[in-house]
Formats: sequence, C-alpha cells, structure tokens
Amino acid sequence: MKRKLLLLILIGGALGLFAQTTFPVNGAPDNRTGKYAFTNATIYKSHDQMLENATLVIEDGKILTVGANISIPSGAVVKDLEGQFIYPSFVETYANYGMPEMKKGSGGGWRSPPQPLSNKKGAFGWNQAIKPEWNAAENFKIDSKSAKEWRKLGFGTMLIHSKDGISRGTAATVTLGDEKEQEQLLQSQSAHVLSFEKGISTQTYPRSLMGSIALIRQTYLDGLWYAQQGVNEERNLSLDAWNKIQNLPQVFVTRDRLEILRAANIAAEFGKQYIIKGTGDEYKRASEIKAKVQSIILPINFPKAYDVEDPYDAMAAELQDMRHWELAPTNPAQMIKAGMNVALTTDGLKKKDSFHKMLRKAIEAGLSEADALKALTFTPAKMIGAEKWVGSLESGKLANFFISSDNIFKKGTKIYQNWVQGKPYEVNPIPQENLSGKYDLQIFRQIHDMEVSQKDGKTKAKLIVNDSTSTKVNIKVDKGQLTLSLTPEGESGSYRLAGTVDGKNWKGRGQGQDGNWLNWSATYKGELEEKPEKKKKETTKSKEIISKIAYPFLPYGWTTKPQQETVLITGATVWTNESEGILEDADVLIVGGKISKVGKGLSAPSGATTIDGKGKHVTSGVIDEHSHIAISKGVNEGSQASSAEVSIGHVVNSEDINIYRQLAGGVTAAQLLHGSANPIGGQSGLIKLRWGLTPDEMKIENSDGYIKFALGENVKQSNAGDNRRSRFPQTRMGVEQVYVDHFTRAKEYAAVKKSGKPFRKDLELEALAEIIESKRFITCHSYRQSEINMLMKVAEQFDFKINTFTHILEGYKVADKMAMHGVGGSTFSDWWAYKVEVDEATPYNGSIMHKQGVTVAYNSDDAEMARRLNQEAAKAVKYGGVSEEDAWKFVTLNPAKLLHLDNRMGSLKPGKDADVVLWSDHPMSIYAMAEKTWVDGVRYFDREKDAELQKEIAAERSKLIQKMLKEKEKGGDTQAVKKKRPQQYSCGSLHQHMDSESHQH
Amino acid sequence: MKFINIILLFLLPMGLTAQIIPGSAQQTPILIEGGIAHLGTGKVLDNAHILIEDGKISRVANQKIEDVPANAERINATGKHIYPGFIAMNTRLGLVDIDAVRATRDFREVGQRNPHVRALIAYNTDSKILPTVRSNGVLLAQVCPEGNGISGQSSLMALDGWNWEDAVIAADEGIHLVWPNDFRRMGWWAEPGGIKKNEKYEEQKAEIEDYFEQAKAYAADQPEVKDLRMESMKDLFNGKKKLYIHTDGAKTIESAVLMAKRQGVSPVIVGGEDAWQMAGFLKTNGVSVVLHPPQSLPNHSDAHIDQPYKTAGILASAGVTVAISQGESWQNFNLPFQTGQAVAFGMDPEAAIQAITLNPAKIMGVEKKLGSISAGKDATLFICAGDALDMRTNNVTEAWIAGRKVDLDNHHKIMARKYEAKYPKGR
Repeated sequence: MKRKLLLLILIGGALGLFAQTTFPVNGAPDNRTGKYAFTNATIYKSHDQMLENATLVIEDGKILTVGANISIPSGAVVKDLEGQFIYPSFVETYANYGMPEMKKGSGGGWRSPPQPLSNKKGAFGWNQAIKPEWNAAENFKIDSKSAKEWRKLGFGTMLIHSKDGISRGTAATVTLGDEKEQEQLLQSQSAHVLSFEKGISTQTYPRSLMGSIALIRQTYLDGLWYAQQGVNEERNLSLDAWNKIQNLPQVFVTRDRLEILRAANIAAEFGKQYIIKGTGDEYKRASEIKAKVQSIILPINFPKAYDVEDPYDAMAAELQDMRHWELAPTNPAQMIKAGMNVALTTDGLKKKDSFHKMLRKAIEAGLSEADALKALTFTPAKMIGAEKWVGSLESGKLANFFISSDNIFKKGTKIYQNWVQGKPYEVNPIPQENLSGKYDLQIFRQIHDMEVSQKDGKTKAKLIVNDSTSTKVNIKVDKGQLTLSLTPEGESGSYRLAGTVDGKNWKGRGQGQDGNWLNWSATYKGELEEKPEKKKKETTKSKEIISKIAYPFLPYGWTTKPQQETVLITGATVWTNESEGILEDADVLIVGGKISKVGKGLSAPSGATTIDGKGKHVTSGVIDEHSHIAISKGVNEGSQASSAEVSIGHVVNSEDINIYRQLAGGVTAAQLLHGSANPIGGQSGLIKLRWGLTPDEMKIENSDGYIKFALGENVKQSNAGDNRRSRFPQTRMGVEQVYVDHFTRAKEYAAVKKSGKPFRKDLELEALAEIIESKRFITCHSYRQSEINMLMKVAEQFDFKINTFTHILEGYKVADKMAMHGVGGSTFSDWWAYKVEVDEATPYNGSIMHKQGVTVAYNSDDAEMARRLNQEAAKAVKYGGVSEEDAWKFVTLNPAKLLHLDNRMGSLKPGKDADVVLWSDHPMSIYAMAEKTWVDGVRYFDREKDAELQKEIAAERSKLIQKMLKEKEKGGDTQAVKKKRPQQYSCGSLHQHMDSESHQH
Repeated sequence: MKFINIILLFLLPMGLTAQIIPGSAQQTPILIEGGIAHLGTGKVLDNAHILIEDGKISRVANQKIEDVPANAERINATGKHIYPGFIAMNTRLGLVDIDAVRATRDFREVGQRNPHVRALIAYNTDSKILPTVRSNGVLLAQVCPEGNGISGQSSLMALDGWNWEDAVIAADEGIHLVWPNDFRRMGWWAEPGGIKKNEKYEEQKAEIEDYFEQAKAYAADQPEVKDLRMESMKDLFNGKKKLYIHTDGAKTIESAVLMAKRQGVSPVIVGGEDAWQMAGFLKTNGVSVVLHPPQSLPNHSDAHIDQPYKTAGILASAGVTVAISQGESWQNFNLPFQTGQAVAFGMDPEAAIQAITLNPAKIMGVEKKLGSISAGKDATLFICAGDALDMRTNNVTEAWIAGRKVDLDNHHKIMARKYEAKYPKGR
C-alpha cells in the first residue's frame, strides 16, 4: 500500500511526500497521509471558476484532485459538505506576522544629539535604515495566537517582513499553520521591501522625505559601484545583500498617493518595477498612478463617518476627509478598472475582524465578487511568486483552503474550518443536525410545550407559556448529545437535563432543584410554524455619490481640467516691465499659453474671450523667489553640514491649498527652497502654480538647477538648543571651511570623473561639481555682512559666482561688493528683530541695494505673506523711494532674473509665457485684489469662479453631512471630527515633525 | 527720489550721531490747518482745523478756527490725512527686543495662574523697536503678558517716554485668560495628524470657573491672610478691570462669554478667528473682540481664502465693537496695513480706522481720554501725507502723544543713513 502510494507520488511528481525530514523522530513516526475528500460542496477552484456539487481531494498537505465528477480514492476520509463552500484561502502580501517586535533604541528624536553613523554591529553599511541583509525567514517565529486570528478571516499564506526601515530586507512566504517554522516557511527571500520611512533607526540621516529619496538613489548607485569596483575597496555586507536581492519582486511601501509617483520615479531611474503598497487614496490620482504602476497592494481600512451632530464640531470637518469617507470604498474597484493588478491587504485595519465588513463595503461600492476573490488569492499569489503553491485550488498546489457556510462575501457567512497545508483548523463549529421543531417536553410528570429552532448553526429552545410569554431553555447540542437547563414558569428552581437524540425524539436523565434524579423526554410534534418575516427596515443605501473627485483633491480643486484660452484684455493699465513702461488704456492678447501682443487697439482673434480691463491693471505674474509651500514631509534635511544630494524637486506637493491661495494673490511661479539648517542645504524645486496638476507637471521645464546654502545663526545652530553643539561648524569661521572643504572635494571629484577612471557616482558631489562648473546656482540664506562677503570670496576662489543671497538683511552694508560680484539680493521688505543677526536690519535694505545696482527681489518665505507680495513691493517705494515701476519688478521681473527665467517670465513681452494677473486696482495698493490669474494662458484663478466654488463647497459639505447623519441613524460607526493642523514651512523648520513654535527664518 | 537723497544728505552729519529723545511737554499751542481728518468715530472732516493746547485737543472744526492764540505753531496739512494715534492691542512691544534671545524675552511668566503679574514694569522704553512702530502712526500699545491660563495684567502704554512710569496711560487695565482649547493637537506639524478633542477640556473649564468663584468670594470678604493672586482678581468683579479671554473657536467663544457672565465679569474676546460666526451672540451680549491680524491664513482648508481678511468687516457690520490687532512686537509697524487689508475686503474704511483708535480705547475704558480727534481728549494724533492704511501712501510727517512731539526717526533710518554714507553720491 505504502509502496503504491509512493509510486503514485513519484509519478505525480509534485507530490513528494514520504515524511522524511531532518528532524529526529521520538517514537514511531507519524506516517498518516492525511487523505480527505470533501464532497458535495460549492468549490471556487479559482476566482473565476466555481464548481457546484464538486469534490476536493487532498493528501499529504497538497491537493490531489478537484472537480465535479471525480471518484473518491480509497483510504480517504470523506466529508460531506452539502450546502457548504470551499475557497482557496486568502494570501496576505503585507504583514509582519511572526516577526520580532522592532524596538527603537534611545536617541534619534529631534531633540537628541546627532548620530552621524549607524550603530549596528558588524560590517554593514553606513546607514542604519538600509538593511538589505535582514531576512524575515531568519527571524520567523510561529505565533499561534496571531495565526488563529488570521485564519479566522480566511487567510492561509502570507508574505511577511519586518515593517521597519528604508530597505527592510527580504520578506518570506509562510503558511499559517501552528507547527514548525520549517514546515510553514515556503520560501525565504521572496521579495525585497522598501519604504521612505527610516523606522527605528536612531541615526540622524535621513530626517526628511527628500533625504530618504536621496538615500535610496545613492544606495542604488553604491550597489552598482560595489559590484564593479567597490568590493575591492571595502567589504560591505549590506551592499553584498543589496545586490543579491535586486532580482526579487520589489515591494515599495508608500504613505500617500504622491509617494507612489515618487517611488515610481525612482523605479524608472534605476530600471525597476515596484509592487506598490498603497494607502487607499489612489483614486485621487488614478490615471497618473496607472501610468506608472502595474501592481498595487491596497488596504481596505475605509474611514468611519464623522459624528457631525454638533454643528460646531461639524465645522471642523474637512471636505476632503468627508469626501474620502464616501469615496474610499470605491478605491479597489477603481484601481482594478484602471487596469492594475490589485491585491487587498488587511494592513491598516484597526480591528482585524472588520475585514469582511470592509470587503462588503468595497463590493457595495462596485468591486465585483470575482475581482475581490482574485485580489485575495490569484493576484497576491502571483505578485509574490507563490502561485505554484497557492492562489487557487489545483492539483499539486498546497491544501490551503477554507470551508464556509455560504458565499464568503455574503453577510452572516461563517468560516467553519481553515485548512493549512492539509491540516484542519476549526474556526467555527460546523452546525449540528437541525433539531428544529415543536416538542412536548416531559419532565417527571410535567409536560411543557417546547419550541426548538436553529440560527447561524446554533440551536435555541424555549418553553411556551402562552401566546406572548415564553421562558428560555439553555441548550447545547454536541453530535447527538444534549444538555438542557430550564426553569419552567411558576417554579423557583431549575432543572438540569442530559440526554441523547433518538430518532426524532429526545430522552435522558436529569436533576431537579431538590437534587433528585429524574427521567425526561421530548417528543417531536411537528415543524415550527413559519413566522412572517419581519419587514426589514428600508436599508437600501443611497448609491448616489455626492463627492467630487477634484484636482487636487481639496476644496477649490477643479473637476474639469482648465484649458489654455485665447484672451484679449482691453483698456487696462498695463505694467509691461519692459522699455514701454506702464501703458495706460492698453490691451494684452494671450494666445496658446504665450503673450501674443501688448499695445493699444488690439483686435480680438476669433474665438477669443474679451475682458474689459477698464480701471484695472494687468501685470505679469508675481514670482516668489523664496517659498516653502507645496513641499511634502520636511523642508530641511539638515542632518549633515552638507545635504547637497537632496532635492525639493523630489517632494513637490501638488495637494497644498496654499497653491490656490497664492494664485489668488497673483503668484504664478515660485522657487521651493530647502531650509537653512545647514551650510549646504538641498536642491530647489522651481514650480509654476499649476493648480491641480501633478508634482512633476508643476515643475518648470528646462529650468536651471538651484541649490540652497545658508549662513549664520541657523547653520551654526545658535538657537537650536544645548544638545546641538557637536556638528561642525558652530561658528562663522567653521562655515567658511565647510565650503572650502566641499568645493575642494567637488573639484577633485570632477577631475576623477573627467579622467575616465571608474568612480563612485556620488549625488552630493555631483551637485557640488555642478556649482563649480556654473551649471547649478546658489541661493544663499544670509544676514550678516561679514559672511556674505566671505561666501563671495570663496566662490571667487573656485571661479564661480554666487547667484542670489536670500534674506540678505545686511545687504545694504555690502551692496557695492555684491554688485561687483554680480550677485542678486532676494530680501524681506521689512522683517527684523527676531534674532541677533537681524538686529541691524532695515526696510531701506532693498532700496539701497537697488541703487547700488544689485538685482533686488522681495520674497515671502511664508505661506501667508506670499499671498500679498504685490503689497510688499510698495514698501520699496515707502522705504527708500524706489520708483513704482522698479519696485514692481522686485516681485516679478527681478525674481525671474534671479531664477534665470526672465527669457520666459517676468514681463509682458510677446513670446513670453502667459503668466498674467488682472488686478482690481493699482497692483501695489493694499486695496488691490487679483481678479484673475493665468499661468501658461490657463486661468487657474478667477474671483467669479471662486464665488461659485464657495457655493458648491458649502452645498457639497451639507449634503455629505446629511449623508453622515443618516449613517449614524442607521447605526453605522462614527468617529469624532478631527481638525487638521495647517502645514507651513519656513526655512528654519528643522524636522519633518518639528513644532511650529520652533520656526526660524 | 532725488528729493529724498537730498534730505538724507542734509541729515547725514546729524543723523549718524542722533539720539532719539522722548518728546517734551507741549509748550506752545499747535494749529493743524486743512487736511482730511479721520476722527476715529467713523466721521471724516475734509477741511479739518485742529487746535492743540497743553497736550489736549482743544478745538476741532471743519472750517477755519478763529481766535487762535497768536503764538500757535501753524501746520498746513492741506491734502494730507490726520488720524488719532493708532493703538496696537495685544502686543509684547517693550517686553522683548530680540525674539531669539532669551535674555530679552519678558512676556511669559512661569505658571498657569498669574493674575498678579504686571506687564508694565517690564516695559522697556529704550527698546529700539518702539520708534520704528510709531513711525507708521502707531502711537500707543496695549502691552500684554502671555502664557497659558491666566497670564497677568496688561497696560496701555505710550510708545514714547523716559521710563514706564511716564509712558503708562492705563495701568493694569485688564487680566488675560487664555481659554483652553477644546481640540488637542495631534500628529506633528509636517504631517498634521488632525486635532483631536481635548479630553481634559471640560475639566480645565471647570477649574477656571472654580478659580473665578473663589476669587469672587474672596473679593467679597476681608481675609486676614492676603492672597496675592486673589487680591489682583478683585477689580474684575467691580468692573475696574476687563477680562481678556484669548480664544478662537465659535464654541469656546460662547463658553468663555457665558462663564464670564455667570461670574459677573465683563469679557473681551481676543483672537476670535471664528468670531464672525458668533457675531449675533457677541452683539447681544455686548462683548467686544480684539481680532488677530487679518493678514493670516484661513484656519481651515475649506474656509474661504479671504475669510481672515473679511472677519473684521463682518463683525463691525453686525454692530460688534471690534479692534484689529497685529500681535507680537516689531510687526506692529504694519498694523495700519492689517487694517487696510480689512478695508480691501469689505470693511468700511472709517470703521476700520475706528478699529485701531476709538474701539481699542473703548475696550480699555479710556475712550473719554483718547481714541478719537475730539475736543477735550489727549492730543495723540498724527499727520500722514497720504492714506495711512495703504503702504503705498503711508508717510507720517508729524505725530504727537498727548501734545508731546514724537521723534519720527528710528533705528531703521539711522542704519540706512549710516550706510548711505558709505556709497558715493549718484550711484
């Protein structure tokens, strides 16, 4: 028999099971084959193949056969599953099941002293958050309690990893049985998992999202270098491991929709294709994500409705959150519709057992059952390369399946058993024989009317007293054995009865309250009368979706993409910023995103919109040379004296309401700057305020590269607290040497690069070398004249020029030297007195620099002030008597010059970009309002449209509030309203979660 | 521009060494002739004639004044604008010189209940900041202690004087209470995790009310053992002191006002971001509001982008006594423009001027003495070449505090002159 079987297995190939393991056997070996046949079941062989009245045969933990008309092999235990369902068990792709808890060591907080290098023992890489050497399989320990929780939901297989770090090392594929890790582990190193989060690393670097991005990019480069050359120079276990796991599936964990786009950009740069772990808000940027991502793991932790009964509390609820409440359940269906491979995950669920409820929500919101099943079986299995074991019920695959009472997506369906590698785990007891009916219960000589019913597999019983009263009978049924306890009406004590089912009737023995033994019996009288079903409350949920999917997903976002228009503005005061000066009663024609004509008596081409500009002013758009809006997760890397490798361009946040607010202040372009925490900061992002477009689309095409430098108190950490006394430099003297050192290294680097010898591509030195080669330009945060002078001298020593001093509050003291060097000054109009180095600041600064021939701009460094830079320009007139025409250039043409964009922006000159503002009044007056703002000829802001939007927002809000109230009435879960803190950066903001009180300018 | 250069050159030798000296008491009468006077009451005189004698405004007319004392200094203000001295509410002016230097920060005491702490004695009349602020027309300031809970007592100060004693106009005129937040801040700043309900809010509210109940009982008693804090609270219950309650939310404004009413204290709301939603309630209860700067970001992403610009106007139209404040310290030279911003977004211009003149005076209970250009009041006023609320035209040419001529020179101008001297002429 055994031989035969062995032969069979050998022929079958896949079924290699003569329980031969490396483990010593204690006593006689257990050689049971575990052969079972499940008959008469509805079997989902796969997500798209359902078999009725079918049979599943398993043996030795694997599937032997599955089908509708198959013969049951001899020696199989037969289980009749009439009326029951069998599904391939679910596959989870994002879990830390069986992983050790990752505890953070001391340090690493933004108040703790800096930790420049990894403190991990061993010959690993320099950064603690990059740990490709970490293998989940080596750290896997079965956690029976947790396995049970997962099995309850229907899961049988998982990709596990430790949710910590930027390179999190490799994930392992395991099944959810309780025995031996060696049996549960299907595959070590199934995938490499990455994220932008440094996790428990106590190392200071990286402390911002852009730092994480730079670190990942540098690690890819280091891996390449290590394989070619570096291995001869250092033995680095992290890079060894990194290179080995590059061909595995790469899972990238993101925290929001924009991070997906950022991860995808890295993937494209290094020829990778990531499986994205999403957050559930992908529908907000569906088409962009679809264009870059093929496979995605989606959570179904849909938010609860807000408790909006208190109108004051409801005020705090944000439209975008209310919309998300309504739309989040549509996310899985939308992503599948978009054509992505979607796996669903339990990750993010506060309570795991809400999984099926959330699944049903997703299905109600448009996800088909077949797609839901596919996203829980086939797709995740395929994603992680486990389709040879799991994902469907086919012969040769693992016997990983569960048995349920009904369709698994139906409310009330129970999972009875979850089988893992052919071993059964009970989830809910399979219901016993149905004993429903009317009985005469005779105890001793008393006869009672008893009714027995069955619901959800549980047997219930009661004694009927009259039409309206009954007394409860506690009853337990266990394979023909009965236990009852009851207190009949009018009696004070209870009877405890035990007995057996005998045909239709029951009988047995028991004890009354006096403790005497007695006989009892129950005689079947007939079926229960069917009660007319209670009319269920009308719970037909309103299918109507109120929420708008706006771009960005914020109030004031657009639902129809605004298009370039042909516009003629007539009869206005036109500030050309060109030799024509300020033209009265003049016209401006915009065609194809460009300024077409400026002059008097222009005629409107066909299809043009004509706007009467009488009494109004037209200017080119305001350009903010120093802005920190629209930046995600950290404006300062700042953990090292130089962070030239990081770039704000990588973390542009298109979903910042301040973009819209600033369009309403006439701003059309901005330089998004790194902060001022270190002498050499990070690269800039130059954007146009193209409201609603993606981060990449907001960036100004073909603009020159910029980088932030900083001098003075911030970089020497004067106001940063007592535990920030160790990073070099701590004085202005040291700052100079940081520059000299870095430029010297950059020069050497450039030389090696030119020589053709192999070299390690270093993102930091690349940026610094670009500066020396005048391919990247410095905007330097500065206050004191001494160091301003110093930096110009350092630059001259290395034969390049500083492009811009920003803040530059003591520029008026060295304006002549600045003019000589050719550096511009982008300053505050009137800030001072907030720290020692601005004690000698004066609002006359701008005018004095201007008079000395310095190109002067006024900037904001502040999301609020940027809304009224037009007024700030007036201060150049007030403080120092600059002409109005020149003062206006402080916020338009001059910043364009400083950003090398004056060939495209900064004035109303035919051929330049149509970044145009129509003002209600003299643009520098406090009473002026930007009425319409065009960027590239697209009207992104219009006060008339804004008034409509306000009404629409109010209406949408109140409809959603009504819908939430209904949800609460229906007994749905609600949560307290959360207010959001406004996000604002200034350049001194040190940490991505630094307190707003600690801003420094 | 040339003209200014000439003036600067003329001033050069003197300016570099000039000291800014507090104004001395008025010796001779001053007559301001012509000009557009914004009285601070909501009224405008387009041909104003104002006579100033002994530090007081003695006559105001919309025509020539006869019988002017012969020795009067006559100032032709034709085409210019005349305003009562602007009053900066809720400031730390004089309590801090350089924000980042702890040694100069004197506006926040330790502890949650400091009604006995008085701002005025820390008021630094030599602060370089004060002259820069008054140069734009802001001549008086309410100087306030900050903190959590009860932060202390504020005083109305002149932005000119030899020491706090002669700069003070209304000493210890009010006590400041920072109302607890009903929402607690969660997450962190870059990734706002939302603001959750402050679970301790009810408790904190009850503690405050209990404190006031005890203070009221103490005030009615003559205890043998004096409690310094309770002593300071006494004048709240007899109306001699105002209770300034700092809070922004609609619901907290309501709670704060009701608490004050129950305790028989007259409240003023400071902050008031959401006060526009409570205009009716505030009006009915006769509660004034000292508003945060209009040039602020909306406190909610759904809020209209212009909401902070519009709030003052909404309150004023509803009949609420509203003052516009700039807060903080050196920033107060922009108080006039904060006010102009409100005008740009719908506030009546004279109501806006009132919000930085007569209304602050009313709120602090000194409206009989100052706050408007009216006969009998202190001669605290200034002349401006243009509209003072617009930075395009704000150019203060003369200013007086109680008849004392204000030196309009300041640190900024001195530094500018110093370095103008460095550069050759004509560049």
